[in-house]
Amino acid sequence: MKNKRPLSQLILGDRGFKYQLIAPSIFILLLIGIFPLIYTLLVSFQGITMMDNDTSFHGLQNYTALGTDTRLWEALMHTIIFTCIALPIELLLGLLMAQLFIDKLPGRQIFIALLVLPVVVAPVVSGATWSLLLDTRFGPINQILGWFTGEEVTLLWTINPDLVYPSILAAEIWQWTPFMFLLLLAALSAVDKSQLEAASIDGAGYWTTFFKIVLPAIWPVMAVAILIRGLDLFRLFDIVWALTRGGPGTMTETISIFTYVKGFQQFETSYTGAVALLIIILLSVLVIGALKKVEIAR
Amino acid sequence: MKTSHRKKIKLALRYIAVVALTILFLFPIYWLFMISFKTANEIYAYPPVWWPETLQLSNYRVLFEDGDAATVGNSLIVAGVSTIFAMILGTICAYSLARFKTGGEHLANWIISQRMIPPIAIVFPVFLLYVWFGMVDTYFGLILLYTAFNLPYVIWMMRGYIMDIPISLEQAALVDGYTRWQVVWKVVFPMCRAGLFATAIFTFVFAWNDFIFALVLTRTDVATYTVQVTHYFGGQSNFWGKISAMSVLGTLPIFFIVAFMQKYLVRGISLGAVKG
Repeated sequence: MKNKRPLSQLILGDRGFKYQLIAPSIFILLLIGIFPLIYTLLVSFQGITMMDNDTSFHGLQNYTALGTDTRLWEALMHTIIFTCIALPIELLLGLLMAQLFIDKLPGRQIFIALLVLPVVVAPVVSGATWSLLLDTRFGPINQILGWFTGEEVTLLWTINPDLVYPSILAAEIWQWTPFMFLLLLAALSAVDKSQLEAASIDGAGYWTTFFKIVLPAIWPVMAVAILIRGLDLFRLFDIVWALTRGGPGTMTETISIFTYVKGFQQFETSYTGAVALLIIILLSVLVIGALKKVEIAR
Repeated sequence: MKTSHRKKIKLALRYIAVVALTILFLFPIYWLFMISFKTANEIYAYPPVWWPETLQLSNYRVLFEDGDAATVGNSLIVAGVSTIFAMILGTICAYSLARFKTGGEHLANWIISQRMIPPIAIVFPVFLLYVWFGMVDTYFGLILLYTAFNLPYVIWMMRGYIMDIPISLEQAALVDGYTRWQVVWKVVFPMCRAGLFATAIFTFVFAWNDFIFALVLTRTDVATYTVQVTHYFGGQSNFWGKISAMSVLGTLPIFFIVAFMQKYLVRGISLGAVKG
C-alpha cells in the first residue's frame, strides 16, 4: 500500500482522531452526568435543608434515614404497583391489536398512523387531557357511564382513593399501548410465514403455533419493548403529576414525585441527594443486568 | 364459495374492531381539541357538550394576548438548539464507536445506560450545580441539559445507522486524499441523512415533550409549554380553555412531524432494536 502520510500522523493522527470524535460528547456526558453526582454525593453527607444551610458533615445520617423513611418505600411500592399492572396490560393489549393488523386490511396504514398518535403526545398533556375527561361534572366519562346506569354519575376519579389508581392507569395505558402495538406489529410481520404454513399443515392448533413458533420469534423485540417501557414506568411522573400530584395524601406518589416533593417543595436538599443517589445506583444495577439479557446492542 | 363468504365476515369483524379501537384511542385527543374551540359556557356545560356550536378561537387569542404562547417559542428554541448540538456531537461520536470500536462494548453500553436513569435523579444534582453557577431559568442551562440527555440516544441510534452503510465509500474517499474529518462531513453525513433526519426528529420530540427538566430548571423566563400547561391547574379555578388551547399548540406540530415519518417510527422508538 502506498501511503504518503508521515508515520507519526499515521499512528498518532489516526489514533487521536477516534478520540477527537468522541471527546465533545464524553465531555458533556461527564459534565452533566458525573460532575453533579460527585457534588451531590458531597451534599448528601451534609445537613442542608430549607431552614438550615448546614454544610458540616453528618456522616451516613441521611443514608440511614433512607431505611426508616416509610414514605420513600411506599413511593417505591406505588411505582412497582403501577409498573406491574400497566406493563402486562399494555403488552397484552398491544399484542391483541397487532394481531388485528397482521393480515391485509383496507386503509391499514392510515389506521396505524392514527393509532400511534397517543405515543407522541407529551405525557403531561396526556395527564391534563385525562383530568379533563375524568372531571366529575364536565367530563364525558361520567356522562357516558350515566347513559348506561340511567342516572347521574358523580364519580370523583382523581380524588376518591378507590379510583385514583384506575384513573392514572387508564391514562398511562391509553398513551403507551400503541407503543407496544407498533413494536409487536413489526415483530409479528417479520415472523417466517413458511414456518406458520408448515405448522398448520402439521395440524398444529392456534395456541401451539403461537407458543412454539410466534412467541420465540417475536421475543427479542418483546424483551426490548418490556425493558424500555419498564424503565419508563419506573420514572413515572408527568401523568401522575397532572392527574393527582401524588394524592390523595401520598397514595399515588411515585418515586419520582417523592424525590421532587422532597427536593423542590420541602427543600430537604441533603436528604434528596441521598435519595437521588439511591435511585441511580438501583437503576444502574437494573439496567446493566437487563442490557446483558436484551438484544438492543448489536 | 363458503370459505370466501366466511373470509368476508371475518374481515368485516376485524374492520369493526379496528374502527372501534381507533375511535377509542383518538377520543381523548378529539376531546382535548374540541375543548380548545369551546366557549367557557360550552366547556362548563352540564351535560358536557360534544360538539361546539362554532369553532371559535378565543381560547387561543387569550394565550397570544397574555404572552403565554411565548412558552411554545421557548420550547422551540430549547428543543431546536439542543437537537442541533446533540445531532452534530452525537453523530461524530457514533462514527467513532461504529468504525473504530472506540471503547468497545463497555463504552457503548455505558452511554445507553445513561439514557435509562430516571430524569428526576439526573435533574436534582444538575439543579444544585445550576444554582451554584446561576444557570437556573436560562436558555443555556436547559439547552445544555437536553443536549446531554439526548446525546446517548443520538449516539446509539446513529451508531446503528452508520453501521448500516458500506465502509467502502469511506475507504475510497481516503484513497482520494480526503482527510479523516472530510470523510465524516462529506461522505458519512450525506450517506446516513435519512437516519440523521429520523433521529433528529425524535431528539426534538423528546426535548419538546419533556416536563420534569423544565419544571425544575425554569421559572418564568424560559418556561416551556409543558410547564405552562400545568400552571393553569389550581384549586377551584381550572382554566380549561387555556389548558386545552396550550396543549393543542404544543401537540399539533408533533402530529404533523410524525405524519411524515411513519417509516422511521418503529426504529426510532425501539432504540434501534427493530429496524421496521
